[in-house]
Amino acid sequence: MPEFPNLAVNFAGGIRSPNPFWLASAPPTNCGEQVMRAFDAGWGGAVWKTIGEPVVNVSSRYSSIDWNGQRMMGLNNIELISDRPVEVNLREIYEVKKRYPNHAVIASLMVESKREAWHDIVARSEDAGADGLELNFGCPHGMSERGMGSAVGQVPQYTEMITGWVKEKARTPVLVKLTPNITDIRTVARAAKRGGADGLSAINTINSITGIDLDTLAPRPNVDGFSSHGGYCGPAVKPIALNMVQQVQSDPESQLPLSGIGGVGTWKDAAEFILLGCGTVQVCTAAMHYGYRIVEDMIDGLENWMRRKGYVTIEDFRGLSLPHVREWKNLNLNYKIVARIHEDKCIGCDLCYTACWDGAHQCIHLDRVSGVRNGHVEAHTKPAEVEATSRAKITVTPIAKLDKVAANSQNVEPYATPLARIPRVDETECVGCNLCALVCPVENCITMEQVENGLAPQSWEERTAVVAGIEKSC
Amino acid sequence: MQSVFQQHPEVVARFPDLHPPLTAQSAVIEANRCLYCFDAPCTGACPTHIDVPRFIKKIANENLRGSALTILDANILGASCSHVCPVQVLCEGACVMHHKHESPIKIALLQRHAMDAFYASGAVLPKTSAERRNGKIACIGAGPASLACAAELRQRGYDVTVFDRHPLPGGLNTYGVAEYKLPTEDSLREIELVGSLGVDFQFGTEIAGEAAFAKLEEEFDAIFLGPGLGAMHRLNIPGGNHPAVVDALAFIAGYKTAGKLAVGRRVVVVGAGNTAIDAANAAKRLGAEEVQILYRRAETHMPAFGFEYEHAKQEGVRFLWQTQPIAIHADTDGELRSIECLRVELAQDGTPRSITGSNFHIECDMVVPAIGQSPLFDLLAECYGVRVEHGRVVVDRVTGQTSNPKYFAGGDCVNGGREVVDAVADGKRAAVGIAKTLEAAHA
Ligand SMILES: Cc1cc2nc3c(=O)[nH]c(=O)nc-3n(C[C@H](O)[C@H](O)[C@H](O)COP(=O)(O)OP(=O)(O)OC[C@H]3O[C@@H](n4cnc5c(N)ncnc54)[C@H](O)[C@@H]3O)c2cc1C
Ligand SMILES: Cc1cc2nc3c(=O)[nH]c(=O)nc-3n(C[C@H](O)[C@H](O)[C@H](O)COP(=O)(O)O)c2cc1C
Ligand code: SF4
Ligand code: SF4
Ligand code: SF4
Repeated sequence: MPEFPNLAVNFAGGIRSPNPFWLASAPPTNCGEQVMRAFDAGWGGAVWKTIGEPVVNVSSRYSSIDWNGQRMMGLNNIELISDRPVEVNLREIYEVKKRYPNHAVIASLMVESKREAWHDIVARSEDAGADGLELNFGCPHGMSERGMGSAVGQVPQYTEMITGWVKEKARTPVLVKLTPNITDIRTVARAAKRGGADGLSAINTINSITGIDLDTLAPRPNVDGFSSHGGYCGPAVKPIALNMVQQVQSDPESQLPLSGIGGVGTWKDAAEFILLGCGTVQVCTAAMHYGYRIVEDMIDGLENWMRRKGYVTIEDFRGLSLPHVREWKNLNLNYKIVARIHEDKCIGCDLCYTACWDGAHQCIHLDRVSGVRNGHVEAHTKPAEVEATSRAKITVTPIAKLDKVAANSQNVEPYATPLARIPRVDETECVGCNLCALVCPVENCITMEQVENGLAPQSWEERTAVVAGIEKSC
Repeated sequence: MQSVFQQHPEVVARFPDLHPPLTAQSAVIEANRCLYCFDAPCTGACPTHIDVPRFIKKIANENLRGSALTILDANILGASCSHVCPVQVLCEGACVMHHKHESPIKIALLQRHAMDAFYASGAVLPKTSAERRNGKIACIGAGPASLACAAELRQRGYDVTVFDRHPLPGGLNTYGVAEYKLPTEDSLREIELVGSLGVDFQFGTEIAGEAAFAKLEEEFDAIFLGPGLGAMHRLNIPGGNHPAVVDALAFIAGYKTAGKLAVGRRVVVVGAGNTAIDAANAAKRLGAEEVQILYRRAETHMPAFGFEYEHAKQEGVRFLWQTQPIAIHADTDGELRSIECLRVELAQDGTPRSITGSNFHIECDMVVPAIGQSPLFDLLAECYGVRVEHGRVVVDRVTGQTSNPKYFAGGDCVNGGREVVDAVADGKRAAVGIAKTLEAAHA
């Protein structure tokens, strides 16, 4: 029996928490009462809703993207930082820390770009008992119009300068929260590192307009007939966040302890961020959607997965996926896979067929009954002809009394789905793009199988080097 | 239009929707479950080949008008079909979700959702070609087959007149289909749509006699036969003509359209087809205390669809298998008192044989025979040169043309009595066939 996993972390040189699951700076961490309930539910840490000169918010504030009947695939907000006085937030941090000494409370900060203002807020936050500071250089709306948030995070010099000011004063670890609204996130990550940051948080929300109300013609969220671009987050942004996390972690000049944010909602998401090098993860949208209780399965699921894999601590698997990410030019061009359809699982939706014909390489065919043929597209019946044939068929309601055709005249089919509806892959033409396996609604019904071609691995870089070599030699 | 039935709210309340409609949100959720199959099996299994994934996708995308027009393009009676189709053996039975061990997509309810939205928004069909074509067509019968044929021909610019001997149009859709599936007024609403296309209706006009046909042939370029089936078979046993013996069609038409809501206290229905079940359920809902279905053979031989059988059991209808009625008895006041029966044994091959001396009585005060409809022999004999085999009009399945090239036919009179959707498919195919023939003639 492997040792029971221990999820505790010690992040960025001294922020300790019983697990890597933190609530991100946002409505779920608005006040002490909430943060205490969150800790009771199991969260390991909380980054307080950004503290600064109190703001006035508008209503409404959020809008979302639903997808295929699922709510909130992506969430957009035009909310600003905390609308509560600094003293109130700090007093509540003090109270929370007194009652929950083993949980992490990080003060998220955003003030005017003046050295004294930053010195002042840093001192007060640490006096209140914060275990660390997170500099909000990421808020993409409203605050940036006032020279704060992403107005800082988009300019490397400002990021470096303000991080420097904070470090002059801070005794606790300083994290810089990065904005994704920039061409190359590494430029600011490097600046933060030069400024002396102890860690990074990434990503903040992405500039967005989620949609337009087709009756009023005003974008959402609607504030008295108008809207403003907002910040996008939730499941939709996870792939973007993972990419940025990987970029930062693979760049020696950016690399710092990293708290991963963006679309985390399950233990699996968390494991992925950690595998790309994150020491903790932060969650906002999922907690706003389902409440604090989601952390229970994040903990339970991660522990069970760690046991299965034999990992005892978070450090045991942190960053293990980074070496698997390479530049395209270093991928093996001689690796060949093809799609295989498992007939016994196929339900006959023929989505793979239409996907391959219209969206890939025309090599899936419905010819198991009419006669199997491999080869180029000309050799095959086209989708429109397949449909036309079906439409021309005369179908009637089966009525036993009137249909004297006995059951025994029916052909015995080898699979539950009629053979004529089970597509077939022409492996001689398949390029191994994965599309059919991605559209297939049945798990493991289409698998991508490696075919031996006897060729040694060769990357683009190697191949062009060889070609260049040949050219030179002649 | 309010039907006679609707004027009795306390009875209407006992015929609530068998499958209540979807809400807007549940429709979108259900629509999103559909996989959007290519060359979808559900479409293949629908006799009218409605493009199911296409109309469902439009519901998901909140394009309800587009969805309704997709349905109507294939099936002008898309609304009533969504209520009455035996979908378990049609589209929903073919849904690939079964292979995934998931419940099939609720195609009928989604179809109804789109159609309800269409009717709620004024039921405006897109302008069809204003072109008038040369050609006049007569349709005999205003049932689903003729309606589909007439609508398609009108949309192609032909003049169409529909004759029906009944005062109300719709055929069995109006007079036969159970009220908890399709309220009469919904059937009529749909026929108004066909009327709005400019079809000329002549109700209360029976076409009978050689002279009538000769006149039709003279006035019209083509004749579509959509008269359905004839009267129900009579229960040929002593006492079978007692006034409390009412055949299922008369009973159903009576409660639906003639305000005949009275029903016996103890009702016996003879036969176990879908019509028998509709009659039994209706008797129950109209207030009968006990309703029993007698069937000569066993449960496994029952001609009704399995889901109809289940439904009847839920309604509280009792089934007596292997029971053969032999006489109906009245008391001295002439009131119907009982039906006398024999037990039946079944040979290996299922052939029933009644057991002599096994006589027993079932007390009842109403008997409803539901033992099938006979073909319209007299009518069909009057259509000169139209071949009829086993009581069914013989047609070319693709064009609906009969052995007399001027006559086309479809619906129950051709297929022996299937479903509304089959009649619609037949009617539409025949319309295309008629249009082709007329075009060729005028070319
Ligand atoms: C009790 C019952 C319940 C049913 N339930 C369902 C159901 O739930 N779902 C389903 O899909 N199907 C159901 N059916 C079957 C369905 O109703 C028929 O298949 C369908 O109506 C056939 O359409 P049709 O146009 O061929 O004929 P009909 O609907 O029978 O229409 C024929 C019309 O022609 C008229 N007519 C006949 N002769 C003449 C003449 N000489 N001159 C003028 N008019 C004439 C008749 O008055 C009638 O109106 C049911 C049938 C019955 C009997
Ligand atoms: C309504 C709302 C308010 C937010 N306010 C702040 C904030 O005050 N400070 C901050 O650093 N980030 C703020 N964020 C960003 C979140 O902390 C987090 O970075 C982002 O939502 C991505 O994580 P998610 O995908 O788990 O939601 C806010 C997000 C939302 C939805
Ligand atoms: S992998 Fe791509 S190319 Fe091959 S069959 Fe699937 S869709 Fe077609
Ligand atoms: S997508 Fe999958 S289930 Fe559908 S036809 Fe193709 S292999 Fe079968
Ligand atoms: S078979 Fe089922 S899942 Fe496929 S298109 Fe039809 S309704 Fe949708």
